[in-house]
Amino acid sequence: MAFRRFGTAFAIASTLAIAASPAYAVVEIQWWHAMAGANNDVVVKLANDFNASQSDYKIVPTYKGGYADTLNAGIAAFRAGNAPGIMQVFEVGTATMMAAKGAIKPVYQLMKEQGEPFDPQSYLPAITGYYSTAKGEMLSFPFNSSSMVLWVNLDALKEAGIAEPPKTWPQLFEDAKKLHAKHPTCGFSSSWITWGLIEQFSAWHNVPIGTKANGLDGFDTVLEFNTPLETKLLENLAELQKDKSYDYSGRTNTGEGRFTSGECPLYLTSSAFYPSVKANAKFAYTAVPMPYFPDVNGAPQNSIIGGASLWVMGGKSAEEYKGIAKFFTFLSDTDRQVYLHEVSGYLPITKAAYEKTKASGFYEKNPILEVPLKELTNKSPTENSRGLRFGGMVQMRDVWSEEIEAALAGKKSAKEALDAAVSRGDQMLRQFERTAVK
Amino acid sequence: MENRAIFSGRMLAYLLVLPQFAISLIFFYWPAIQALWQSFLVQDAFGLSTEFVWFENYVNLLRTPEYYQAIGVTLVFSAFVVVLSLVIGLLLAVMANHNVTGVQIYRTFLIIPYAVAPAVASVLFIFMFQPGLGMIARALQSAGIDWNPILNGTHAMILVIIVAVWNQISYNFLFFLAGLQSIPKSVIEAAAIDGARPVRRFWTIVFPLLSPTTFFLIIINITYVFFNTLGIIDTATGGGPNGATQTLVYKVFQDGKVGADLGGSAAQSVILMIIVVVLTAFQFRYVEKKVHY
Repeated sequence: MAFRRFGTAFAIASTLAIAASPAYAVVEIQWWHAMAGANNDVVVKLANDFNASQSDYKIVPTYKGGYADTLNAGIAAFRAGNAPGIMQVFEVGTATMMAAKGAIKPVYQLMKEQGEPFDPQSYLPAITGYYSTAKGEMLSFPFNSSSMVLWVNLDALKEAGIAEPPKTWPQLFEDAKKLHAKHPTCGFSSSWITWGLIEQFSAWHNVPIGTKANGLDGFDTVLEFNTPLETKLLENLAELQKDKSYDYSGRTNTGEGRFTSGECPLYLTSSAFYPSVKANAKFAYTAVPMPYFPDVNGAPQNSIIGGASLWVMGGKSAEEYKGIAKFFTFLSDTDRQVYLHEVSGYLPITKAAYEKTKASGFYEKNPILEVPLKELTNKSPTENSRGLRFGGMVQMRDVWSEEIEAALAGKKSAKEALDAAVSRGDQMLRQFERTAVK
Repeated sequence: MENRAIFSGRMLAYLLVLPQFAISLIFFYWPAIQALWQSFLVQDAFGLSTEFVWFENYVNLLRTPEYYQAIGVTLVFSAFVVVLSLVIGLLLAVMANHNVTGVQIYRTFLIIPYAVAPAVASVLFIFMFQPGLGMIARALQSAGIDWNPILNGTHAMILVIIVAVWNQISYNFLFFLAGLQSIPKSVIEAAAIDGARPVRRFWTIVFPLLSPTTFFLIIINITYVFFNTLGIIDTATGGGPNGATQTLVYKVFQDGKVGADLGGSAAQSVILMIIVVVLTAFQFRYVEKKVHY
């Protein structure tokens, strides 16, 4: 008896409690991202600043793990019917996102529908070109972009009697061998192995990775990077790997500590490595543009960006879209871009922000931060250097990495490895093309 | 006296079994059926376009050389991990079965590794074996061995075997210890009186009496090495270098989660499930005959 009375009382009380909670007028927008550590602080600050600047919308950022995990979480959420409003997807996920018509809302459409001021010309073409259609319509909003640079341990170079950092690959190979005398475990190393040795390498030398402008113009692209030039690079590295003048450090950036610890005096990795280097390197350092083969006509061309962009998911309410459009306008504000760039090392996405930073003399005091920008704007992008867009890129990079590993370990010749990488990659591209929503 | 529970009415019996049945249905049968269904489809990552393709995923799979490599890797990996963790677990259990001072402390320390999550165990070992920075790696290199699991497939395999065995020894140790302690002392003493030496006593008396435990552990260990080692491989080597540590289950994970190829991944899960079912059925049919209950 007592139990039943208690039960009814409890039921009434909880219903009242729920009914009594006030209905919020603020529209909440979920933002799923992959920024950890110091970058997470930047994301949180941006969201807080936006929320404080107006009272209609509230951006709620949630860290979902690394880039691949965030993308998977987003896909799973979409399949379950509750995708976030904004999702940060790394650059190589672009093809997957683009092919999912209905799952995403292109940015240019969003901004037009919401009547937000939006001029694609005001953005740096090297950055937005990657995330746009062949007609120049922006599909996603660039957020954090970086380029690949060569980090140099100046003290180690001086010790080995090298006058200045290498500009070309042949010079780099020579320097690596010289540095190897004092650094027997590593003269030169690199991170993001496929980004550096295949993707950036091809764009920097104005040679194609695949047909159809590296996939930007169509899903029926075919890979073609198994060229004599690429073979030459891989053969040289495999040769240097034998005595560790070049030492492989893994597929992603887990080996970056080898530079800041002083083990590897020359290190090819993202410009986003800057905050770590600044905090941890106990030697004189600098960053220079990626090396190139001087006998290739047109090298160096321009580099392609790495990093991620913000995608707007489909099927959301009109209210949310209004808020998201306002948020993108907020992000494009020049002063905000300047602040973001100077504090986090992210590249500015608008021309105005770049010019303003230049004019303020910032780059005189911090020349390293201008190196990636100079690489991106080195020359006007060609078909081979606007970017790349291959389906299933996450796994494709694993496949290419596997073949590079086989070549470096001496299990296959460089040519065999590259041919296998191309044929396996093509299989994946055909599979993707088949399932892409027409 | 019957060794089972007897119920006066059927309702209570069904009600008690219902939760377990519901869990099995939701977490085992439903995903298995869905995997079977998905293995006949080709889909894009977001599930927006679906095409029914009969057995095409299976055919493509059997045409991929990397799949056969994964089968080979799995066989080597399983053989080493199962044999090593059972043998070392048994050895330690036999040694810990004596009444020496501090035996409880030894037993506790031997059981602790099981409490460490596989991924964490993997990270611990990476710290020690990381070429260039790890303690053991540096010791190996100063001894002249060029330890490099990032580029050398055999080294990578050795690393994951060590981690998997380390994690699993405690589990086997625990069961073997319990099994050893349930052997009546009188039987062993009788053998000792008859003049049997310790080693002879072990192989003719203790080991056969331990066979139910051994049989159980073989099945559990095989299941463990086929499925639970995913965390270890992911954190230690990521399936590399060049597929040297890409077991069947890791390939399922990579193709499904990383590659977003749910059809191919589902086909692989189905094949993997069939392999393990066949293995277990084989064991129950032939090995169980040798078990003394």
